[in-house]
Amino acid sequence: MIAGVDGFMYPNEVELQWSVLIVLYPYITGLVAGAFILASLERVFKVEAVRPTYRLALLTALAFLLVAPLPLQLHLGHPERSFEMYLTPHRSSAMAMFGFVYLWYLTVVLLLEIWLEFRADIVRLSQTTTGLTKIVYRALTLGSQNVSPAARALDDKVGFAITVIGIPSAFLLHGYVGFIFGSIKANPWWSTPLMPIVFLFSAMVSGIAVVMLLYMAAMKVKRRPIDMNCVDTIAKYLFYTFVIDFTLEMLDLIHRTYEADESFRSLDFMVHTRLMVSQIIVQIVLGTLIPLALLAMNQLWTFAEKTRRLMYAVAGGLTMIGIFAMRWNVVIGGQLFSKSFLGYTSYKLDLVTREGLLPAIALMLLPFAIFFVLIKLLPPWAEEPTH
Amino acid sequence: MDISRRDLFITGGKILMVASVGATLEQITGAEPAPDKYKMADHWWGMIIDVGKCIGCGNCVRACSNENDVPEGYFRTWVERYQVAEGEENLRVDSPKGAIDGFPPSSNEALKSFFIPKLCNHCVDSPCVQVCPVGATFDSPDGVVMVDESYCLGCRYCVQACPYGCRYLHPEKNTVDKCTLCYHRITQGLTTACCENCPTGARQLVDFKNPKDPVHEFLRQNKVQVLKPYMATKAKVYYKDLDGSVR
Repeated sequence: MIAGVDGFMYPNEVELQWSVLIVLYPYITGLVAGAFILASLERVFKVEAVRPTYRLALLTALAFLLVAPLPLQLHLGHPERSFEMYLTPHRSSAMAMFGFVYLWYLTVVLLLEIWLEFRADIVRLSQTTTGLTKIVYRALTLGSQNVSPAARALDDKVGFAITVIGIPSAFLLHGYVGFIFGSIKANPWWSTPLMPIVFLFSAMVSGIAVVMLLYMAAMKVKRRPIDMNCVDTIAKYLFYTFVIDFTLEMLDLIHRTYEADESFRSLDFMVHTRLMVSQIIVQIVLGTLIPLALLAMNQLWTFAEKTRRLMYAVAGGLTMIGIFAMRWNVVIGGQLFSKSFLGYTSYKLDLVTREGLLPAIALMLLPFAIFFVLIKLLPPWAEEPTH
Repeated sequence: MDISRRDLFITGGKILMVASVGATLEQITGAEPAPDKYKMADHWWGMIIDVGKCIGCGNCVRACSNENDVPEGYFRTWVERYQVAEGEENLRVDSPKGAIDGFPPSSNEALKSFFIPKLCNHCVDSPCVQVCPVGATFDSPDGVVMVDESYCLGCRYCVQACPYGCRYLHPEKNTVDKCTLCYHRITQGLTTACCENCPTGARQLVDFKNPKDPVHEFLRQNKVQVLKPYMATKAKVYYKDLDGSVR
C-alpha cells in the first residue's frame, strides 16, 4: 500500500503534477477578467451607478494581472525556458497561447486604458509634485503634456474603443484558461465544453466581488461615505452573474449524473469523500448558496444601510472563498482520481517548498501590495467630490 | 629530405606496430564495423503484447529501469495484475512498485487473473504532443514519441493529457520523461531492453514498415486491441487477448 492512495493508481499518477500554484493561476486571472468586466459596465454599458468603482476596478485588474504569470513561472521545472513559449510556440497547444493572450491583455487593453484614463491626473501631478515623485510622473506622461479639452476628448474616444476591445479580450483571457482544462480529453473531470464558460462566469463573480469588497474597504479606510447606490448596483450584478454561474455548474453536474458515463462512479465517490469539504461544504454551501441567499434577500427586501453593508461584505467574502474552492476542486480534484477510475490519491500541501503554502500565500498577498502602491501612485478618487 | 633505406625500415616498422596494436584493440573491445546508416523513413515502430504469455516476473521493468536510468518510484514501463470476478464490482488491480520486483502471491485464487504490461503507446495522434506548449514533446519520423529534455519547460501539461499515465517529471532533470522505445538501441539494430529481457516473448518490438516483420502475420492471425480505443489516439501498442476490464 502506498500512503495516501486508495485502490489502484497508475504508478506515475500517485504524485500530483499541478499544485496549489496552478490553483492560483485561474483564480488570479479570473479576478482580472471579472474586475475589468465590471469596469466596462460603466464605460461601455453606461451604468453610471458603478462609476465610483471604475478606476478602482481597472487598478485591481492591473494589480492581479501583474501577478498572474508568477505562480506559473514558479511551478515550471525550468522557469528559465519559459520565454520559449514566445519564441517557438507550438500552435496545436492550448497552453502556448497564454503568453500572447496575456501580453495582449496587459499592454493593449489594461495599461493603455489605465494610462488614458489617468493621463490628465498624471500631467497635473507631474506639474504639482517635486523631486523623485515628479520624475516618476513625468516619465508616466510619456512626453505628452497636452490635456486640452480636444486631447481629453480624443483620450475618451480611444479609451472607449479599447474598452470595447477589452470586453472580448477579458472573455478570451479567462475563457481561454478554462479551455486549457476543458480540452483535456484524458481527464473526464475537466473535459467539458462548458469549462470555458463556467470559468468565465465564475471569473466575473469573483472579480465583481473583489472590487465591491475593495471599494467598501477603501472607503472605510479613507473615512469616506460608501456610495450605497453604487454598492447596491454592484451587488445586483453580482447576484445575476452568480445565478448564471451556479446554473451552469449545476447543469454540468446534472448532465454528468444523468449521463453517468464510465467515469461517473469514480468521480461521484471522489466528491462524496475527498472533495466533501472543499466542494460540497466550502464551494457549494458556504461559497455559493449562502452568498446567493444574502444577495437574493437584498433583491427582495430593503434592509437598513448598515445591514446591507454587512450582508454585502459577508456575501463578497464568502464568494471569494467559494470561487477559490471552485478552482481548487477543478485543479486538485482533477488529479485525485486515477485515469483507470480504480483509485484515488491525496494531495499533500507542503509549507515552505517552492510550490508550498507559504509561496502561495505570498503570491496571493502580492496583488494587494501592488494595488496599494497603485492607488498611491494613481489615486482613483482624485476627481471624486469629498464629503 | 634524404631518407635512407635504414630510416624507411624503422619508420615502416613503427607504423606497422601502431596498426597492429590498433587492430588488436579493436578485436579486444569487440568494435564492429558501422552498420548501414539508420534511415528514419524506413521504419515505423510499435509493440505487440501477448497478454497470455506475460507471467508478471517484472524482468521488463527492471531491464528498462537499468537501461534508461529510470529514477526510483517512476516508470517508463510497468506491469499491472488484474484479478477479475464476474461483473466488474470486484475488479482488483495492483502493480506494487510497478512490479519491478514482480508480484506477491495472490490470495484470490478463484478469480480470473492476468498481467498487463504497460508502456507509452507511441500514439499517432498523441494528446501529449498536441498540448506541449513549445513542441519539446514530438513525434519522430519513425513513429516514436519523444521528449527533448533540453527544451522541455517542465509544465507537465503533457502528463495531464496522457490518458495512460505513461509520463512523469524526472525529479533530477525537472523535465518530463517517458518511454523512448529504447531509441538509442533500436536505431542500432537492437530491440528494446524490455523485449530483450522478457523470458516468454510476451512483448515484441515491431516495425510496421518492414514487410518481413512478424507483426503483419500477428495482426492477421489474432484478435488485437489497443488500450482505451475510445480516446482515438491511434495507439501503436497492440494487445492480443485484451480483457474488457483492462483500463
